[in-house]
Amino acid sequence: MATTDNIHTLSVDASTEYLSEVRDFVATHARKVGLSDKDISEIRLAVDEAYTNIIKHAYKNSPSRPVRIELGFTNSQLWISIMDEGEGFKPEDYKAPNISKRIKNKQRGGMGVFLIQKLMDQVQYNQKGPYNEIRMVKNL
Amino acid sequence: MKNFSIAKRQIEDISVLDISGELDAHTASQLENSLKTLIDEQSYRIVVNCSRLEYIASAGLGVFMAYIEDVRSLGGDIKLTNMTDRVYNVFDLLGFPTLYDILDDEKEAVNGF
Repeated sequence: MATTDNIHTLSVDASTEYLSEVRDFVATHARKVGLSDKDISEIRLAVDEAYTNIIKHAYKNSPSRPVRIELGFTNSQLWISIMDEGEGFKPEDYKAPNISKRIKNKQRGGMGVFLIQKLMDQVQYNQKGPYNEIRMVKNL
Repeated sequence: MKNFSIAKRQIEDISVLDISGELDAHTASQLENSLKTLIDEQSYRIVVNCSRLEYIASAGLGVFMAYIEDVRSLGGDIKLTNMTDRVYNVFDLLGFPTLYDILDDEKEAVNGF
């Protein structure tokens, strides 16, 4: 964990075994700026869903691929950026899941992106050279 | 160390799973295995007591999505009980309360079969 100009960074491999570490990393820093328990639990979940999607979709469950998480603050916002080098996500192709239909078809998944949008105030998907970035913002 | 655990109890013909800790994409397979085992044993009346569930991500909800149809078609149900507000909120965001029997208290679920 490095700290530069109030930006905190965590680099982990893409594996579900690091999920709790990633959640705790963002929660610890969110707590320091005085966010409410509700906001902190929403941030934990949004980051969990974004990291899980990278593991499953960007890297298709191949382990030992890099994921970098950055977190920082401005006067009015907490931002979190998660970067990977896998297959990019195309938000324009995404449709919110019909849960009832999915249950009938015994399907699962597709809920993470929807949850992230509900839980965070802003969500952006960016391409930065070889990196895909999801940038999420919670207003303070 | 996995920060999630499951204990099984039996109340007559109803199987109760007490789930504790954090249910995410890493720990969801444990719940999946427990539900599969119950279905294999033809135990289709299932209550999942969430009183000690501290956290759930969509991978955890996905497990319930994958098995509810099978269990209901066999005459049973998976009823969820005793959720904390924080855990309930995740189910609620995804519209689960209209699709699942989510109850405040385990007794209600047991009596509801």
